[in-house]
Formats: sequence, structure tokens, C-alpha cells
Amino acid sequence: MSRFIRHGLRWTRQYSSVGQKDIDHFRTILPPHAILTTLPPYNTQPDELDPYNNDWMQKYHGRATTVLKPKTTRQVSDIVRWCDSREIPIVPQGGNTGLVGGSVPLRDELVVSLANMNSVRSFDPVSGILVADAGCILQSLTDYVSPHNHIMPVDLGAKGSCHIGGNVATNAGGLRLLRYGSLHGSVLGLEVVLPDGTILDQLTSLRKDNTGYDLKQLFIGAEGTLGIITAVSILTAPSPQASNNVILALPHFDNVLPLYRAVKRQLSEILSAFEYIDRTAYELAVKHGQGRALADEDVAGAACFVLLETSGGRREHDEEKLNDLLTSLLEADKPLITTGVLSQNPAQFSSLWALREGVTEAVSKEGKAYKYDVSVPLASFQHVVDATREHLRSKGLLGEHSVKHVMGYGHVGDGNLHLNICATAYTQEIQDALEPFVYELVSSYHGSISAEHGIGAMKTHALHYSKSETSIAWMKKIKALFDPRGIMNPGKVLE
Amino acid sequence: MRPTGARLLNILVPVKRAVDYAVKIRVNPQQTGVDLNVKHSMNPFDEIAVEEAVRLRERLKEAVTSIKVVTIGPPKAAETLRTALAMGADAALHVEIPESAPAPEPLGVARALAAVIEQQRGAGNAVDLVIMGKQAIDDDAGQTGQMLAGLLGWAQATFASRVDLDVAAGAATVLREIDGGAEEIRCRLPLVVTTDLRLNEPRYASLPNIMKAKKKPIEKLAPADLSVDLTPRLETLKVTEPPVRVGGSKVQNVDELVAKLKEAGFTAV
Repeated sequence: MSRFIRHGLRWTRQYSSVGQKDIDHFRTILPPHAILTTLPPYNTQPDELDPYNNDWMQKYHGRATTVLKPKTTRQVSDIVRWCDSREIPIVPQGGNTGLVGGSVPLRDELVVSLANMNSVRSFDPVSGILVADAGCILQSLTDYVSPHNHIMPVDLGAKGSCHIGGNVATNAGGLRLLRYGSLHGSVLGLEVVLPDGTILDQLTSLRKDNTGYDLKQLFIGAEGTLGIITAVSILTAPSPQASNNVILALPHFDNVLPLYRAVKRQLSEILSAFEYIDRTAYELAVKHGQGRALADEDVAGAACFVLLETSGGRREHDEEKLNDLLTSLLEADKPLITTGVLSQNPAQFSSLWALREGVTEAVSKEGKAYKYDVSVPLASFQHVVDATREHLRSKGLLGEHSVKHVMGYGHVGDGNLHLNICATAYTQEIQDALEPFVYELVSSYHGSISAEHGIGAMKTHALHYSKSETSIAWMKKIKALFDPRGIMNPGKVLE
Repeated sequence: MRPTGARLLNILVPVKRAVDYAVKIRVNPQQTGVDLNVKHSMNPFDEIAVEEAVRLRERLKEAVTSIKVVTIGPPKAAETLRTALAMGADAALHVEIPESAPAPEPLGVARALAAVIEQQRGAGNAVDLVIMGKQAIDDDAGQTGQMLAGLLGWAQATFASRVDLDVAAGAATVLREIDGGAEEIRCRLPLVVTTDLRLNEPRYASLPNIMKAKKKPIEKLAPADLSVDLTPRLETLKVTEPPVRVGGSKVQNVDELVAKLKEAGFTAV
């Protein structure tokens, strides 16, 4: 892909590359096994660095020679201080599960992987406050708090690989946002290594702390451009005692909004997810074995599907509410749904979720994915997908030879649409047809060009579609204040 | 003698409410059993049995007159019957035992089922085919189907992975899972089939069918109505967790390894 390479070349600043002298210094900070470098004397095979240099979609490719895997905040600080003095650019990396190329080098930056910082520092089962190293994998934290009857306030498809530090740095949204809000609310404190190596310890465990500027908020969603998050203090929620889910089949998209209103009114506090999947996305998930398909007669005539989940404190109460809702939906004079499926046991519960969560993976198996994660008014979801498909058709790009599928799915409850274009290959032609078309389309709805995936390397040039000149100017001032030498994740978020 | 030749089929599917397989099992503090205050659902093998009955009807159409599900269990077992009705069974029978009663054993269950079948015959709804799980995942006894066939003097086809019915001939061809492969047998109806995992993949219960299921009849009986005694014949002395597995550890050199082995009681031969 040439776009981000162009961006890389646009860097005006002169940076240093990692050299022999730097490796010698890193050896005084880290044990040998925590240094991966293709430079002598280590001479690591270049393919061992592939997982760090490439994103999981194989869309962004860096050429880093060196990856460091510190185990303590002090080590991170020592590394950053050295890089600051040498003007070596740094890419902080967590689970590298991002979708916008924010966690891979653009050129030969130093990769600092947080993977070895993976200990839980403390958990208070009374308040539910968890303090953990940034490199803890989300799923392992879920497993850690689960015996204490708590759950993480964030959950996403990549939970088995993504790190909590990366989740915070990218302000990841995901499947529980509707219920537990964004990380700007649930993160209580952070420990950050600033671009000059200073350790900013704001790892408080306080629910309330109105003592001036709330600096931690700046790092949530900064994608590692203002510093490296090394630890997170986060409020976990009490686990629901009962969960149910149901997939509803809808005859056309226009019914989604009235359905959402009816569901919110009737389920109120037990509604924990309201997810949208269009027919194309559903078919792909089924084709690639993500969850078991519904019976043919149940999907006949369905234009799209809604997966809704309830979580509550008492099973009988929740089931009664859900049953009342489903009865009223089926027996209405003008039913909003054609049919649906209610999970009968935990296995079916997981299987229904897999149909939704597996779409991302299914799209990658089907072909090369162009992913747009946008916030637009709920009513325009379908129009955005249709307009994009028609635009590609008008360019002669729709078909097995080029773009195989255009689909939409996402978090209706949050106004967040995932617009996915699945092609046989990444080509400049498709890229040019999609951008700036999609961004302008979103902008025309006063939407956001990145609802939850971030800006990364993918959308820096498009930031102005969602942020005013004044906003961008102040973002640049903040960046310059924290990182005057511009060594933290250059080329990401801001051009 | 039952009439032979072309006739219509009545299918009976016994189902059991069991602790869901996804639940992590914990022994109760009194060590008398496991903690039952957890998510329950239909025994997965029974779910396969219900699915097979419904598929037989989809294949054979009117030749299947009725699919009846039966459970022997506490009041909450009615939920399991509703699930089976939502999957496509026509009617249900609940032999209700008190919440506090001990779990019935295979022989008691088989006798109760035999009594139900006898009662059905008396009412003119003679059962031709029983399809049931090969075992329940809570006690893993795996005996009820065989005992039932023995009590009734019927044919049995256990661990089925395929069932083909020839209604006109009053016979069934069943593929069975056996050690080292599969075995195809042909048996005469009436027949007890027990299901194995590969027989089918049970369907989701669709919303319209769940709603319909609420209107389907569930008949309630007490064990006394069937003149069966479900008192367990076995006494459980103690239930314990398996010993916790101790993880391995790394040694620095051969000497240390030898020392550790000696410590653990291993000696050179």
C-alpha cells in the first residue's frame, strides 16, 4: 500500500535509526532475551520480527530492526530516555490487533512491545478496581476478575490477543460500551512513561478526584503519540448473574430503529447489547464457520439481523421481560421482525454471539478488507452501505474481479457502523474509489470517520473530515508540548 | 399382537434436565454431591434425541403421528420440556418429583419409562420408537436405554449415529458408533435408540415455535401414579474433587534432576 509510505516519506523531521551503539546501551537495561534485533551481535532472523512489523491484516508493513520487550516501568523509562536523547522514534506495541496501522512501524522505528509487562498489580473485590500492567491480555484479566464476580467493562472480538494498555491507548469501544460506557469513564488512573522518559504516576484508585486537569484523559485514545502507557487502573463491573441473547430477523432496515426503541423501553436496565448485522455480513460469517447458522426458513426474507443481549441480576426477572418483549414483537399488528432465535443454553448463547463477533474474521478469510469504522446517525446506516456499493458499481469495481462484498454491521446502540469492503486484493484503484468518497459521505452526515478504531496511520490525512481546524491546531500544540522531538509513534494520528 | 404392515409411528423421547456442560462443577461443602445452584439445560444427548425425532417427522411426514417428550424430575424440569416442545415435539409428560428428592437412578427411571409406555399403550397410543440420550452428562451412568429395552423386551440400537426407518416394514437400520469404527444393524420395531454425538446437530428454537410451545400441553404425573418407586438403591458415601495437578518445574542441570527424582522416590533399576 503506497498511501502510508507516502505519508512516511512526508516526515520532515530527521530521525536516527537504531545502531550498534544503541543496542549496546539497551543491553545495559534489558536481559538478552528481551532484545530482538537483526543487528549484530544478536542477528535475529528478520522473519522473527515479522509479527511486530506487520499488522494482522497484512496491510501495513514496517522495517524495524529492533524490538525491545521490557518487563518493568523503570526499563521502559530508561529506554525512552535514551531514545529521546538520540532522537530515535518509538512505536509502542500491545497485542498488535489494531485495524488502522497504529501499532506497526512505518519505517525503521524502535518497537517497544509491552507483552512482557503482564502482571496484575492489585484487585479490590469490594470496589472492583483492578490495577494491571499494560501488557495484560484482556481475556486473562476477564479470567482474573471472574472468580471475584466481576467483569471487565470492555469486551471485543480480539480479547484473546489485545492488551489492556492498547485498549486504553486506542480508547477501544467494543461490545459492552452500550452498558458500561467508554474507557474515558471506566479508567480511573494511568501510569505513563512520557516522551522524555519521565514516569507520570497517576495510578489512583479513586472514583472521584476533582483536582484540576485530568491528564490521564489525554492518553486515552492518543494511540501512543503522547507517551507509553505502562499500567492501568480500571473499574470493573459486578458480573451479571444471568445472560440471555436472541437473534431477530428483520424484513428491512427501516425496522431497526423502531425495534431499538421498543427494545430499550421494554428491557430498560437489562439490555446489554444491540448489534446490527446485515444479510451479507451474516452470510459471510456462516460461510466461514463463525457460529451455527439459523434454519433456512428462519432467514428467508430477512434483510438484516439484530443480536440483542440481556444481562441482569435475576434470571426469572430477565426471562419474563424478554419473553414479554418477544411476544409483543411477534403478535404486533405490523410485526417489526419476521422471526428470531432465542438461545436455550450457554452453547447456543456463544454460537449466536459468534455470528456477530466472527464477522471480522470471516471478512479476512474471504478476501482483503477495507474497513471503515464510522459514527453516523442510526437512520443512515443502510444508506451509507448502499451508497458505497453503488459508488463502487459505478466505477465498475463491483464483482468477483475486484470488490466481492460491501457490508455493514456494528453497534446500533452506539451509532457505530462498521462498513466493510471485501476485495480480492488491495489495489490503488479501489483505494482511490473509496477515499475520500467514504469520508465525505460520513462528513455529510456530520459523522465521525473513526468511531472506535482510531486514526492510526490509515486516517491521518482524513482527520479534518471529523475535526475542525482549531481542534487539530490544539491537538498539534499538545503533541508538541509533550513530545517536542516527535519521537512517540510518529506519523500516527497527526500528520 | 401389534398390527404389522403400514402403520403410523408414535415416538417417545425421554429428556433430562442436567447441569449445563459449560458450567464449572464444584463439590458442595458437605461433600454429598455437586453444587446444583447453577445453570441447567437439557442433557445434550437428549437434545440430539429430540432433534432426531423431529427430523424423522420432517422426512417421513404423516407417517409419524406423534412426538411426545417425557421427563422425570423436579418442578424446574418443566423448562426442559418447553425447550423440547419448542424444537418440535407435540406434547409432554412430566413425572414430577419434589425439589428435595434424591436424583433417581437408571433402573428407577427405566421402570418409570416402561410404566409410561404401558400407560400409553392402554390409552391407544402405543409407542413404537423410543429415542433417548446414550447417557446424561451429570451422572454419566449410560444404562437407562439398555435397561428400558430389557424391561420391555424390545430391540435396542445404542450409540446411534444414523437412523433410517422403514415404516412399512416396521424396521429400522441404525448405524452405531463402536470401538474402532461403525456398525450397521437392522432391527424390528418397537425399538429403543440411544443417541451418540454425531447423529445430528440440534436446531435453535425459533421464536414462533417457542410461542407455540407455550400452548402445547404438559401432562403431570407423580411416580405413585405409575406405581414406581424411585428411591435410590445406591448410597453415596462421599463426593470429592479430583486431586489438583501439580505443575512441572525447570531444573538447572542433571545433578538437580537426579536429586529431584530421588526425592520423589524414583530410583535407578
